[in-house]
Amino acid sequence: MSKDTDILEELTSGEYKYGWETKIEAESAPKGLSEDIVRFISAKKEEPEWLLEWRLKAYRHWLTLEEPKWPNVNYPEIDFQDVIYYSAPKKKPQLNSLDEVDPELRETFKKLGISLDEQKRMTGVAVDAVIDSVSVATTFKKKLGELGIIFCSFSEAVREHPELVKKYLGSVVPITDNFYATLNSAVFSDGSFAYIPKGVRCPMELSTYFRINAANTGQFERTLIVADEGSYVSYLEGCTAPQRDENQLHAAVVEIYAAKNAEVKYSTVQNWYPGDKQGRGGIYNFVTKRGICAGDYSKISWTQVETGSAITWKYPSCILKGDHSVGEFYSVAVTNNRQQADTGTKMIHIGKNTRSRIVSKGVSAGHSQNSYRGLVRIMKRAENSRNFSQCDSLLMGDKCGAHTFPYIEIGNSTGQVEHEATTSKIGEDQIFYCNQRGISTEDAVALIVNGYCKEVLNQLPMEFAVEAQKLLALTLEGSVG
Amino acid sequence: METTTDTKNSFINTFREFEAGLNGSAQGSLHEKRKEAISLFEKTGFPPTRDEEYRYTNIAKALQKSLGSNTGQLESDMDAQAIEGFLFKGLEANQLVFINGRFKPGLSQIISDPKNILIQELSEAYKEQPEKVGAAISKHAKPESDAFVALNTAFAHNGVYIEVPDNTVAEHPVVLNFISDGTKGTTTSMPRNLFLVGRSASVSIVEAFSSIGENTTFTNIVTEIDVQQNAQVQFVKLQTEEDKAIQVNNTHIYQQADSRVTTTTISLGGNLIRNNLNYAVDAKNCESNMYGLYYLHGNQHVDNHTVVDHRQPHCESNELYKGIMDDSSTGVFNGKIYVRQAAQKTNAFQSNKNLLLSDNATINTKPQLEIWADDVKCSHGATTGQIDQEQIFYLRSRGLSRESAQALLLFAFAGEIIEHISLEPLRAYFTDILEMKLKAKYQG
Repeated sequence: MSKDTDILEELTSGEYKYGWETKIEAESAPKGLSEDIVRFISAKKEEPEWLLEWRLKAYRHWLTLEEPKWPNVNYPEIDFQDVIYYSAPKKKPQLNSLDEVDPELRETFKKLGISLDEQKRMTGVAVDAVIDSVSVATTFKKKLGELGIIFCSFSEAVREHPELVKKYLGSVVPITDNFYATLNSAVFSDGSFAYIPKGVRCPMELSTYFRINAANTGQFERTLIVADEGSYVSYLEGCTAPQRDENQLHAAVVEIYAAKNAEVKYSTVQNWYPGDKQGRGGIYNFVTKRGICAGDYSKISWTQVETGSAITWKYPSCILKGDHSVGEFYSVAVTNNRQQADTGTKMIHIGKNTRSRIVSKGVSAGHSQNSYRGLVRIMKRAENSRNFSQCDSLLMGDKCGAHTFPYIEIGNSTGQVEHEATTSKIGEDQIFYCNQRGISTEDAVALIVNGYCKEVLNQLPMEFAVEAQKLLALTLEGSVG
Repeated sequence: METTTDTKNSFINTFREFEAGLNGSAQGSLHEKRKEAISLFEKTGFPPTRDEEYRYTNIAKALQKSLGSNTGQLESDMDAQAIEGFLFKGLEANQLVFINGRFKPGLSQIISDPKNILIQELSEAYKEQPEKVGAAISKHAKPESDAFVALNTAFAHNGVYIEVPDNTVAEHPVVLNFISDGTKGTTTSMPRNLFLVGRSASVSIVEAFSSIGENTTFTNIVTEIDVQQNAQVQFVKLQTEEDKAIQVNNTHIYQQADSRVTTTTISLGGNLIRNNLNYAVDAKNCESNMYGLYYLHGNQHVDNHTVVDHRQPHCESNELYKGIMDDSSTGVFNGKIYVRQAAQKTNAFQSNKNLLLSDNATINTKPQLEIWADDVKCSHGATTGQIDQEQIFYLRSRGLSRESAQALLLFAFAGEIIEHISLEPLRAYFTDILEMKLKAKYQG
């Protein structure tokens, strides 16, 4: 027992290894939120009139909203006037090649292990790097351009493809959607935009790397992915932030539109700074992610590995509108120390013969609270719809909590819905079995947790699966009590 | 919320009348509780649908629509002949009859010796043992937990008090028949029951609800069951009201060490039913079983909310609720299992299975686990589907008609719940009711 505690100590005292801060000159808006700030951001981004109007409409609606209180998390009230809504690395002239990117910045991304450098071409991932809400560099643009794929920063998309942005922006997450999504609509500073034209199979993983750098800033990025008929794309998202004592707010919006026969796979490895052992600091991760399977036979698949953030509050959802469309959600959420996570998904079945699958694996350790909250709704005309949900929780230590809140609403007699959930700890017999085969307790726990999460990790693209496995090991190894 | 102030205010006025009618009884600890409860209700009112607990069930709206400001209690002139059809025939039991919430001694029969099991009207019991009864009321069903408990507490007067002494096995089961007579107008009733089960005692209690008449009947009942060490309780609810009946049913069970409580809730009739079943398991080595069946037609709406609060280690809970929804009926299930940090070695199992027979039927289910202890085994499952066509085909290939095949499969589906009623005559009785209901539907 005491040995286990030692291991736990050792592990939990492990430093957050992305906790450094880069000294990059940044340009920020003053603290606080007002119409002027919204105009300021819009002017900074040299946006067209319609987008400014759209932002203002969102801002005015936001004023009428109240912060949601229903998630199963506790945190002090956020002062929305104490946040800097815009911070950008000092504006550089339009870059012609990656060599011109600020070397300090390139160093930053090197530390993060992101292939900004062309020489890392071999990894075959196209990256859009977003630092403090502004996209700083996008790789592999040319190669993608040859196929007609648009992958660029959001502001660039507004400049160069306004018709596409105008058509799809807010079509999945409307500006009136919820408190944080509306806030994001008003003040979002940048993000990524991807468009895959008809019948194109994107040859490489598209990836966005988010990093909050400056202090006191909120990060509000917006991602829009449009997959036209018969296309396929796999998209990755990663995130880190420096170690700070105060809490920082991250309220992003991700919208995915899948037309007929299109398939979008969206993977996230979320590793925002989780705060220290006493729960000081850390990122508030309040994110709205939603995809619509608008066309028949389309498919959207969410995979997420959530290990960071002081508080996570996110529900990647699928609206299965097209007949025969498919939605998937695979999640591993790991909480340690004082972290709190309330995460899950929504599957709205509207079309006929739609199918959805939910696999959620929660692991809680330390003093953390981990909740799964999911909705499966089968509308009246969604004949022959099928859902399977499985959400398992693993508890490590007796100070943590695991909670399950599944909502199942069925309005069609031909729908088949199954939900199952279990909560348990790692069995002593399993550990014993490993021990007597010569595997140390620490390794046995890593082995069992990895096996427990395998179903989800298998869904991740190779590059991320390795990182995710390492993250899991780092956060949890040995924390069985 | 504004729209329901009518009914709310009307209930408050009814309370003033009720208070005036109590005469000598309007004092003492119980009346203090009543007054507290009504002011609490006055403050909170009926729960709106944005209240998470009442998200799918808008009782306030239904009451406003059907009762308006007629919240009084009507007298009924039903006699022994009129109620005969509602009683359990051929069952050797203590049968108590309540019409519109009032106890009818002339229509009831108590066959047990009071030394074996004490059965009294609540108001009478309070008169005889004011301290004991006064302290026990609202001990487990707290008015602040639910607006309907508060409303019922305000009117706590009529109802049944049952006391089973230590080391006693109650000879005969107790059947409480609550009949609502809506022939002459809308009526409300607020029965309040209190069952105290002593150490190593054992008892079976049935609550049966039925109604007649064209007008809305509203029943808001609260039952508190205090179960001492090593006691065993079997508690069955049967709801077979007419399609004008609205019922809110709160049951609070408190369990001491080594005790076992099994509840079975069967909802077959009524327009709108909300059942809140709460278990507080406050000692080691308890067993809590919850079984439920709802078989709905027409526009029926039945909402079952169950809570098991495991506060101490080494306990076990089993829950199985099954539903069949036909026509445009709506079923709601919400099962909560709390496992507190101290409740190590808890085994908790929860399952909700539903069959939808029509495209207009709806089921909203929310099985919920909240766990703070690590050395536990907890699981829950929920399924929704339809009758397996292959099973129908198998039966048809054996010569059964489509209707009989369907009736047989539904009987088997529902039978799993009835099997858990351990008292043989009761089980047989429920089996008959179910059979009759299926026959009526599928054979003519």
